[in-house]
Parts: sequence; C-alpha cells; structure tokens
Amino acid sequence: MIRFTLKRQPTVPLEAECLSPDVVCALSHGEIRSLPVYHGKRRLRLDEFFDVDGEASADLEIHGDLSRVKWIGREMTQGKIRIVGDAGMHLGAYMKGGEIEVTGNASDWIGGEMKGGLIRIGGNAGGQIGAAYRGSRAGMNGGTILVRGSAGVEIGMRMKRGIIAVQGPVRDFAGLQMLGGTIVLLGGAEIRTGAWMKRGTIISLASIPLMPTFCFACAYVPTFLRVYARFLASFGLSLPIDDSQGVYHRYSGDTAVPGKGEILVWHPSAG
Amino acid sequence: MLRIAGGKVYDPANGIDGVVKDICIADGKIVANVDGGKTIDATGMIVFPGGVDVHTHVAGAALNFARAMTPENQRAASAFMHSVERRAGIGGPTPTTFATGYLYAGMGFTTVNEAAVPVISAKHTHEELRDTPIVDKTSCLLMANNEILLDLLETGETERAKQVVAWLIWAAKAYGIKAVNPGGVAAWKWGKDAKNLHEPVEGYSKVTPATIIANLARIADELQLPHPVHLHCNNLGAPGNVATTIETMNVLNGHRGHLAHLQFHAYGGDDWHTMRSEAARLAEHFNRQKNLTTDAGAVLFGNAVTITADGPWQHLLYQLTGQKWGNLDVENETGCGIVPYTYKGNNLVNAVQWAVGLELLLLIDDPWRVHLTTDHPNGACFWRYPEIIHLLMNADFRRDCIKKLPAKAQKRIVLQDIDREYTLYEIAIITSAGPARALGLANKGHLGVGADADVAIYQEKPDGELLFRYPRYVIKGGEIVVEEGDVRSVVDGREFVIRPRFDIAIEDYLRPFFQQYYTMSFENYPVELDRLEHAEVLECEQA
Repeated sequence: MIRFTLKRQPTVPLEAECLSPDVVCALSHGEIRSLPVYHGKRRLRLDEFFDVDGEASADLEIHGDLSRVKWIGREMTQGKIRIVGDAGMHLGAYMKGGEIEVTGNASDWIGGEMKGGLIRIGGNAGGQIGAAYRGSRAGMNGGTILVRGSAGVEIGMRMKRGIIAVQGPVRDFAGLQMLGGTIVLLGGAEIRTGAWMKRGTIISLASIPLMPTFCFACAYVPTFLRVYARFLASFGLSLPIDDSQGVYHRYSGDTAVPGKGEILVWHPSAG
Repeated sequence: MLRIAGGKVYDPANGIDGVVKDICIADGKIVANVDGGKTIDATGMIVFPGGVDVHTHVAGAALNFARAMTPENQRAASAFMHSVERRAGIGGPTPTTFATGYLYAGMGFTTVNEAAVPVISAKHTHEELRDTPIVDKTSCLLMANNEILLDLLETGETERAKQVVAWLIWAAKAYGIKAVNPGGVAAWKWGKDAKNLHEPVEGYSKVTPATIIANLARIADELQLPHPVHLHCNNLGAPGNVATTIETMNVLNGHRGHLAHLQFHAYGGDDWHTMRSEAARLAEHFNRQKNLTTDAGAVLFGNAVTITADGPWQHLLYQLTGQKWGNLDVENETGCGIVPYTYKGNNLVNAVQWAVGLELLLLIDDPWRVHLTTDHPNGACFWRYPEIIHLLMNADFRRDCIKKLPAKAQKRIVLQDIDREYTLYEIAIITSAGPARALGLANKGHLGVGADADVAIYQEKPDGELLFRYPRYVIKGGEIVVEEGDVRSVVDGREFVIRPRFDIAIEDYLRPFFQQYYTMSFENYPVELDRLEHAEVLECEQA
C-alpha cells in the first residue's frame, strides 16, 4: 500500500491526476514523489503537497482534507484508492475499473463520463455525478456510484449505462437528458427529475414531484428489480421488491423529447 | 545565411524532379549561392517548397463559434503546453490560433488561405490570423449573398457592382472573392435555398445564382485579381448534385474560377440510399475546362466539425444527424451554420464521400489544377493531410482500405479500378506549387532564386504517411522553425492584401445603406491597414 498525506493546503485547486493506481503501481518511492501536479498554472512535484509512504502498489490511501485536490483517480483501470477525508472535484472521472472509497464528502463531477469501476462516498456528494462533461453527448457508460449522504444537481446527466444510488436527498434535475442506465433515489429528489430523459430508469423510494410531461402507466413491481435489489443488497442497500409491502407507480416520459424513459415511485401499502 | 546541402530537391515550378542539389538562403529568400553561414546536411532527405493550403478555415467568427460549440473535442485533443518558444493551445478538429500555426508548420505547410470571411467580421478574422504564427496568410471575402451586390445585379448595374466588390476587398483587407451557395444563403433568410442555377433567388425577381456566379467571375477577371472567384457551388452535399456542378462550369463560360472542395459536389443518385460517386464524370468535364482549378475537399473517417456559410445545408445536416447545430445570420452579407460531424467507415454515404475525394485527386489528369485540401475542418482536420498523401501514393494500401467499406458502397465508387499512384513530384505540385500558382503567389510554392525561403525537408522513407507527418526541418522566411518534427522557434507570418483600383465615389453610394440597414456605422466598417501587423499590399490594376 502507498500512503499519501496532504501536508499543506493548496492555495488554489491542485490538479493531481497522478494520484491513480495506474500511474504509481510500478513506480519507486522517489519517482512517485517527483510526479507532476499543477498548482494553478505552475507545475510542481507531488511531494510539495504530500508526504509519500510506500511504493509500487495499486492500493492507495490518501489522508487529509482533499476538497481542493482535483482529478484523483482520473482514467484509472485497476486497484483501489481509499480517501480518508474529503475529496475534490472530478474524482474518478473517465475511470474504467478499480474502486474508489471516500470516508468524507465528495465534490462535483465525481465519476464524470466513467466507463466502469466503483465509487463509494461515505458522506455527501456534489452535483453532476456520473454526468456528461459540457458538450459531450453521453455521460457515464458503466460502473457504479454509491452515495450515503445527499447529492447535488444534474446527477446522471446524459448517462448511458451504469448505476447511481443515493441514500440521502438529491437536488434538481436528477437524470437530466438521461440516455440509459439506472438512478436509485433512496431519499427522493427535488424538482425536474428525469427532464428530457430519452431512456433509462429512475427509481425513487420517496414520493417526488413529477413533471407534467411524465404519464402514469401502471402500478406493479417489475421483475427486473430483483436483479438490482440483489446487487444493491451486496452494498447494504435495500430496494423493496415484495408486493405485499407496496407497489411501484410507473411514469413514462419525458414525453416532451419524446422519450421512452421511466420513473418508478415506490408506494408502500397502507398500514 | 543557410545552405541545405545534398538533399533531393522536388521543385515542380522549375521542373526539378528529385535532383540532388544545394538550396541557398539569404535574407529570407532563395539565392543562387551563399558564402559561409549555417549548413543543413540534407543527405538522404527530400526537399520540398513549403506547403500551401488553398482552402481552409482557421480564423474568424464562425470558426470561433465552432470552437466554443465543441468543448468535448477540445478535451480529447492534444494540448500544447506553454514553453519559452510556444504559447499554450489545443489541437483537435478546430485548433486554437497559435496551435494552428504550430500544427501547419509542423507538417511543412507555410502558407494558408482562409477561405470564408464576412466583411463585417473581417477585423476579428485578421486579429486571429495575426495570432496564427509562422504561416503566411491570405483570405477570401464572402460576396455571393451580399444584399447590396444582389440588389445591383437585380437592376443590372454591373459596373457599379464591380466598384462595390473592389471597395469591399480593400475595406476588408482581403485577397480574393469567395462565393458560397450563390443566392442560397440570401434565400435561407426566407427559409429557402437556391437549388436551381437559373431560377430567381428568393426575394428577387431577376437575379439568379447563375447571374451571381457569372458576374463575380467577370469582376474577378476585370479587376485582375491574382486569385479567381473561389466558388462553393450550389447544392453542396446533396445526392445528384453533379449536374449543378457541371452547369456551374458552363456558367463560368471561359472565365477563370476555383471550385472549392469538389468532393462535396460530385455525387450522383436521387437520395441518400442511391447516392453514388460521379467523380469520373465530373473529372472528365473538369479536365476539358482549362480555365478552372479546384481543391479536393477530401474526407477522412473520424471526427470533424462542419462549418460553412451555407446555412440551409447545415440545417439539413442537423436534421439528418440530430447533432448540435449553430446558425448565424450575418446581417446583409451572409449566414453561417455549424454542425459537429463524425464520418464513419461503415456508413454508405460517408464511404462514398471518402472515395470521391481520392477519385477526384486521381482522375483529374493535371495535378497543377487540383490541390490537396480537406476543407478543414469540414472533411477532416488539416493535420491529417499526410494520411491522404499515403493513400494517393499507394494503390495497394488504398485497395486494402476499400475492402473495409460496406459492400454496397464498393459498388457505388470507382476507386478500386484506379491504379494511378502519385509520385513525390506530383505531391509537391498538389501541396505547394499548384495552390501557390492558383492563388497567384509568385514567390510561394517554388525554390527558384527570388522565392520566399519556405522549405520543408523530410526524411526519405518508403511510407508516404510517416514521411510527411514529421518533417526533419521546416524553414519559414529563411528561419528554421521546425527541427526533428518539433517547433523550435516561432516567427510571425505575413498577410497578403489586395488593393484593387476603385472609384472613391462609390463610398457616397454605400454610406446611406449603412445608416439605414447596418448595425455598424460606415466609418467603423473598413479594417484599418494598421490593424494588420505584417501586411503586404499588392496593387491590382484594372484591365
């Protein structure tokens, strides 16, 4: 394992895409310390900001308040990053494999355009989780993002595949222009959920305000949810699939696009 | 002073085909001999005149709009980091200004023609061209949908129209006349297009696309502009448009003309399902019309951004692709549309387009009249020219590529039947000597005594693509700017500007229009010569 400890706060956000298992897994201690980071426009050595302990490993542990450190785990394909503290923007962007775990909060754009792998946030996350970067046609195309706390706006914007599950409340425009994949809102969301969605599934366990362009289709418990329930159960998340406890109301839309997506809202049985 | 010693020289303008000889440079010019100074040992290398791009879009409001519209391309593009010699920038389909200069020079090109400038945004264009280093620049002015001109043609005031054209060229500090979809962009402001050359343009009762083409060609000849009317024909991109292109050649009727990006105008068929190559037929017509030059506008598979003043076509392309669409109305002068586009090898239409560009380059028998372009960034990025050169020089490689196309597409093209392979001498013609001659740049595109010392030196290797991708040396105006494929020093490029003769009284005719119709006052409209940092003015006498 390689242990990094933030020794001084950057005065402007630090771009540290070298903090990735793919970059450091075959490097010596000295080589890791001399990796480049960008502090604003200045190119500096990694060890100007971090104490480094260990070498040549795909298992990284990063300690400190990293809320101003961007691009950790960018394009990673393997290994593990554990962040003890908060993480900055673009965590795990474009990642293809491996695992990132954050014990604290994470900022915006985590898992942006990711293709595979797992990101778990212990605290709250910002907006644009798994989203398409500005101008891109598609966001995340695979992988899993799990958030224990709340999340911000536009999560899963233009996502194509993969799962985002948020336990706490989510803000506006969840699943904006979604093209596919699944968003699970265990704590509900604010307004405009699923706006412009073309395909994909948004599941909400709490009642949410729906746009008028979503049409009620039926009340049922879809069979495919069992697969999702089993998958999420492996992370300790519970998705109800027992029809004696309630049903899902299926709303199709967004008919303004027109889209073939769906929003499933859980309605527990009375009593 | 500089001597390039022992290289195999290809200088078609002076009839030199692979002769080992020294090239000597002093004070930015090619000279007969030098005594002392630096020597480049070019043994085992080939020496070309610096490349000339006759049709490209590298600066101006439209291109900048395209840059802003495609951040996803810029994120994926290679970055030029700031260094002592270089400014920061981004490559990709629409490179930033400084990167554009580095990329052109890094490929051995030293002169470019920005092919579409509206008068009203000429200031912006010149400022971007100033920030496009190393390469020398010319620019063509959009005229074929200018409402002041169209009104004059409607009433038959052709002499006054000539005065207006001459005034506009000098006002914009431009080099030549560009015509895009004559009448079609004006019609687009009514939601229409101009598909038939002999029907009146929407909003007019007499003036037709043919009137506009014939008059602009005549005016370019009468003003004795070094470059003829630079023509983007009507019906670009549409299946069956070869008839329009041939009819346009007839309308030109012996006048000089340059047909831009001919690939986009060489299709047969009735719709997208029946579209086929008509390159053979078009090349046959073109070969007979010695008054014309053209450029390929070749397509390569991959990401591109289509940018053109041809607003109606861009709207159609947007409807076909569901991609992003930008549409600009440029007051009384022209329009502009932008749609990012990906050419796919497994798509019938794209496969035909890919073949047509190469077919035209191979079937037009006089390499002096067809120039290498991709209509950057429309068909492909300019920095992919080496890939096209590779395809032109190697028929076996070409056939291997054809095998990967959809079976249906292979029946719609003739490329597999063409055995011709370009020689290095011919490559020097289509990348440098020919376009320089078409642009009327006497000191470009050759290595004779008195020419500008713009030289590209490549390692001699069998593989055409690699050969041209990384020049060993590029010399611009006598300075070594590229060494070992990397930009080592950066010089400023010049801008060539034409001053045609005109009667100053034309300003009294134009001024009221500005007070009535323009958002810009007449006094602010012309570009001051002082705005151009390295302008070189060429006076033009009228016939």
